[in-house]
Amino acid sequence: MTIRVGVVTFPGSLDDRDAQRAVRIAGAEPVALWHKDKNLQQVDAVVLPGGFSYGDYLRCGAISRFSPVMESVIEQAQAGLPVLGICNGFQILCESHLLPGALTRNDHLHFICRDQKLRIENVSSAWTSDFAPGQEITVPLKNIDGGFVADERTLDMLEAEGRVVARYLDVNPNGSRRDIAGISNAAGNVVGLMPHPEHAVEPLTGPTTEGLPFFTSILKRLVNA
Amino acid sequence: MSLDTVKNALEHPGVEQPFAELGLKPDEYTRIREILGRRPTSSELAMYSVMWSEHCSYKSSKVHLRQFGDKMPENDAMLVGIGENAGVVDVGQGYAVTFKVESHNHPSYVEPYQGAATGIGGIVRDILAMGARPVAVMDPLRFGAAEHPDTRRVLPGVVAGIGGYGNCLGLPNIGGEIVFDPCYQGNPLVNALCVGVMKHEDIHLAQASGAGNLVILYGARTGGDGIGGVSVLASETFTENDGGGSGPAKRPAVQVGDPFQEKLLIECTLELFREHLVAGIQDLGGAGLSCATSELASAGSGGMRVELDTVPLRDHTLSPEEILMSESQERMCAIVEPAHVARFMEICDKWDVIATVVGEVTEGDRLEIFWHGEQIVDVPPRTVAHEGPVYERPYARPQWQDTLQADAAERLPRPGTAEELKATLLKVVASPNLADKSWVTAQYDKYVLGNTVLAQPEDSGMVRIDEESGLGVALATDGNGRFCKLDPYTGAQLALAEAYRNVATTGAKPLAVTDCLNFGSPEDPAVMWQFAETTRGLADACQILGTPVTGGNVSFYNQTGETAIHPTPVVGVLGVIDDVERRTPIGFAEEGQIILLLGDTHEELSGSAWAQVAHDHLGGLPPKVDLERERLLAEILIAGSRDGMIDAAHDLADGGLAQALVEACLTGGNGARVVLAEDLDPTVALFSESAGRAIVAVPRSEELRFSDMCKVRGLPCARIGVVDGDTLDFQGHFTVALDEVRAAHEGTLKGLFG
Repeated sequence: MTIRVGVVTFPGSLDDRDAQRAVRIAGAEPVALWHKDKNLQQVDAVVLPGGFSYGDYLRCGAISRFSPVMESVIEQAQAGLPVLGICNGFQILCESHLLPGALTRNDHLHFICRDQKLRIENVSSAWTSDFAPGQEITVPLKNIDGGFVADERTLDMLEAEGRVVARYLDVNPNGSRRDIAGISNAAGNVVGLMPHPEHAVEPLTGPTTEGLPFFTSILKRLVNA
Repeated sequence: MSLDTVKNALEHPGVEQPFAELGLKPDEYTRIREILGRRPTSSELAMYSVMWSEHCSYKSSKVHLRQFGDKMPENDAMLVGIGENAGVVDVGQGYAVTFKVESHNHPSYVEPYQGAATGIGGIVRDILAMGARPVAVMDPLRFGAAEHPDTRRVLPGVVAGIGGYGNCLGLPNIGGEIVFDPCYQGNPLVNALCVGVMKHEDIHLAQASGAGNLVILYGARTGGDGIGGVSVLASETFTENDGGGSGPAKRPAVQVGDPFQEKLLIECTLELFREHLVAGIQDLGGAGLSCATSELASAGSGGMRVELDTVPLRDHTLSPEEILMSESQERMCAIVEPAHVARFMEICDKWDVIATVVGEVTEGDRLEIFWHGEQIVDVPPRTVAHEGPVYERPYARPQWQDTLQADAAERLPRPGTAEELKATLLKVVASPNLADKSWVTAQYDKYVLGNTVLAQPEDSGMVRIDEESGLGVALATDGNGRFCKLDPYTGAQLALAEAYRNVATTGAKPLAVTDCLNFGSPEDPAVMWQFAETTRGLADACQILGTPVTGGNVSFYNQTGETAIHPTPVVGVLGVIDDVERRTPIGFAEEGQIILLLGDTHEELSGSAWAQVAHDHLGGLPPKVDLERERLLAEILIAGSRDGMIDAAHDLADGGLAQALVEACLTGGNGARVVLAEDLDPTVALFSESAGRAIVAVPRSEELRFSDMCKVRGLPCARIGVVDGDTLDFQGHFTVALDEVRAAHEGTLKGLFG
C-alpha cells in the first residue's frame, strides 16, 4: 500500500518541493495540491509547507486560511485527517483555528536562519510517534514571525494535555512563550511546527537527518491503521 | 502638459527641451536630433535619456570591455556570451547554467532596504529571462567604516532588504562578502549575484521577431517609482546632500519591491517556458519599458508597435514619458505567437499575474509607440538600445600612485614578543572585515530549495542541480579594493585568482567568470586609468586561466564630490562538480588529521589586513600573481577532492594563514598544533597574503599519497601541523584557547549592529 501525502502549494509557498522531497525520502508518495482546488485527491495526510503565502500580507497565513483548499483541509482535519503545518503552515493552522495561539514577529525583529536544537515532548501525535520520548534533535529554523504566543490559560492547557510537541533547547530563537516550537490539537492529528524538519532529511543538504521521523511517523501510523 | 506627438515635434521644432535635467549632454542631444532628423518628442527624449545613461549604454566602459571578447579563451562550455541578459555555460548532462552579478549601489545608499531588495529582484529577473530557474543568490557588499554612525543606517537596512526580498522569493543565499572601508562611506557597494539552471534547449533570448507576434507585458502594474533610476541616480556622482538623513531628494528614483509578486512571476514564467509559449523575452529593470521594447525590437528582425495607453497602471495620472521611464519592479515583456496568446493568458491567470497585450512585432524597422491613437515615438530601435554614444575617455596614471606604492607595509613595526603576536592575531581575526559574519548571514535563508551543499562561511557556495547524479555548481565572489588601489592591474588579477581558488578549494572545476566593476567617476582620468588597468588585468588573467567573462555590469560614479571609492572589481567564478558528495568543506572536523600548507609564502604585507588592522596603513605593492601556479593549485585541490584524499581545505587570502587556521578550527570545532616556517618572520608566516596558497587537512593514511602528488606536479607542500585539542598552538610562539578566539571572532558584528 502506498501512502499518499498531499503538499499544498499556495501562492508564495517556498518549501513545498522540499516537503515533497521529504515525503518521498520517507517512503511515501507526495501529491501536489493546489490552493484553488478543493479536491484533496483522497490523500492520506496533508503537509502545509513553509514560505510566505500571499507575501505574508495582512498577517501570516491570514489570507491562505480562506483559500478553497483550506475548506477541505479544515473539514477533514476535524474528522481526523493528519495535517502537519511547517512554519507558514503552522501560521495557517493557527489562523484556521485548527490550533490555538498565534505566531508573532521574532522578539529580536530579525529573520533568523539557524540550526536549532529541539526536544520532542510528545511522541503520541500523528507526526511524532517515531521519536523516542524526550529525544533531542537539531533541524533548521528559518522565520521572521516565529514567536508562539497564547494566553496563560491556553498555555497551561497545552502543557496539561501534553500538546506541546517540541520545545526549543539552548536558545529560544524568537521569544516563543515557554520555548514552544510546536503544538498539536487535542486529537493529535494536527501538528504545527515552526522549525523545518523537511530540511533535515539528507546528510548532504541538512545539518542532520533528524527531521525524517516526522514523516516516517505518519507513514507507520497509516500503515498500521 | 499637452501631449508631445511626433507630429507636434515636426510642427514645433524650436521647443526648448530639458535634456540636461534628464542627464544628457548637449552633444548627445544634438546626436538624437540628427538621428531623427527633427527634435525628439518628450517621450523619445525620455527613452534616449535613460538608454544612453552610463548605466545602460556602457558608453565610457565599452571600449575597454571589448577586451573580454578579444582575449576570450577557447572554451567549449560557453553557450551564450556577453550582451544577453546573462551568460550561459554548459555544465554537462544536458544542463546549462546562467549567472551574473550586478550592482545596485546608488539606490542602496539613498534607501538601503528597497535599494538592496530590488537589487536582488533585478538580477533574479535577468536569470529568469534566459529561460532558467533561479536557484541561488549571493551578495558581495562593501560598507563604510564599521563604527561610523551612517554604517548603522545603511548596513542593517541593506541586510534586511536582501533577506526580506530573497527569503520571500525562496532563493537560498549561499555566500558573498562583507567588507568595511572608509572609502565606501558615502558609496556603499551592494552587488547581487544570481545563478539559474536550465536544460540546453530551454535557453531563451531577448529578441522580437516574426511580424504579427504579440508583445505581452505581464507582472506588476506600472507605477511612479524608480523614474530616472539609471540616469539621475546611477549615472551621476553623489553630492554631499544626497544620502543619509540630510536630503531625500533622490529617493523617488529608487524602486520599491514586492517579492511576493516576483515569486509568482518566476513560477508563472517557468510554466510559460515549459509549454513553449514564449518566442522572445526580456525583463523590465533599469530603464523599464524603454529598455525592454527597444532592446527586444533592436535584437529582432522587425519593428515594433506599442499602444502605451494599454499598460496597466498603479497610478492613472502617469504621463507617457513617466510610463516609459518607470522602473517599477516585477514586470516582464514577452513576444508571443498569436496562436499561443490564449494559453499564455490562462497560465498568467492561474498564477494571478496580470498580463496585457500592449503591442505587436511589425514588418518595418521602427519602434513606434502610440498614446490613445496618437504617435509619440518613432525611432530606429538600434539607435536607442545598441548604438548609443561611445566615449574614449581620457585616462592617466595618477601622480600619487608612485608615492603610494613606495610606502610599503613591509617596513612597518611588527609584533616583537609572543604576547604581542598573540594579541595581534586576536585583533586581526576580530576586526570587522575578518570577523565572523553570522550576524548578517543568519538573516538569510540558506536552506530553501533543499539543494544547498555549501554556504557561507565556506570558500564557495555550492548547490546540487541534479538529485540523481549529484551534479552541482560552486560559486565564489571576491574583490580586494585595497590591492586594486595599490595596483589595479594586479588587484583585478588577484580578485580573479582568489575567486578561482575558492571554487577549486571546494572541489569544483572553475569554468567561467562574471564581474561587477565598481568605480568612481569616469570623467576623472585617474579613475578611468584604474578602470582601464582593471579590465586589462582581468581580461589577461581570464585568458590564461581559460575562464571567459560571460557577463556582468559596470557601476561608475561611486564617488562623493571628488572622492572616489577604491577601484573595486568584484569577480564571480562559477565552477562545476560532478558529484557534490565529493565537496571539500573548510572545517577541521577530525582530530589527528595532518595540516598541509600548499604554495609559497613571501614577505607580502602591503595592502594586507594586518597592515590595515595593526597600522591603519595602505601602501606598497600588492602580492604577486602567478596564474600558472593558481591553475596548478586548483588542479591539485580538485584531484584531492575527487580521489577522496582531503577532508578539509581552505584558501589563504585576507588575514593570511592566521585567519585561515582560525576559520578552519572554529568551523570544524577542533584546535590545531602548528609549526611556523623557521625561515620566515612569524608576522610574515601568519599574516602575509601571498596568493596561490591553501591549507588542507588530510587523514594520516592519505598524507603520503597527497604530498607525493604535489611533489610530482611541482607544488610546494609543507606539513605544518595537526588537528588537535581545543587550543590553537603555534609551537614556540604562543597558544590561544579556541574559546578565546571564538569570542573575539564572533563578537564583533553582534557588538556593532546587534
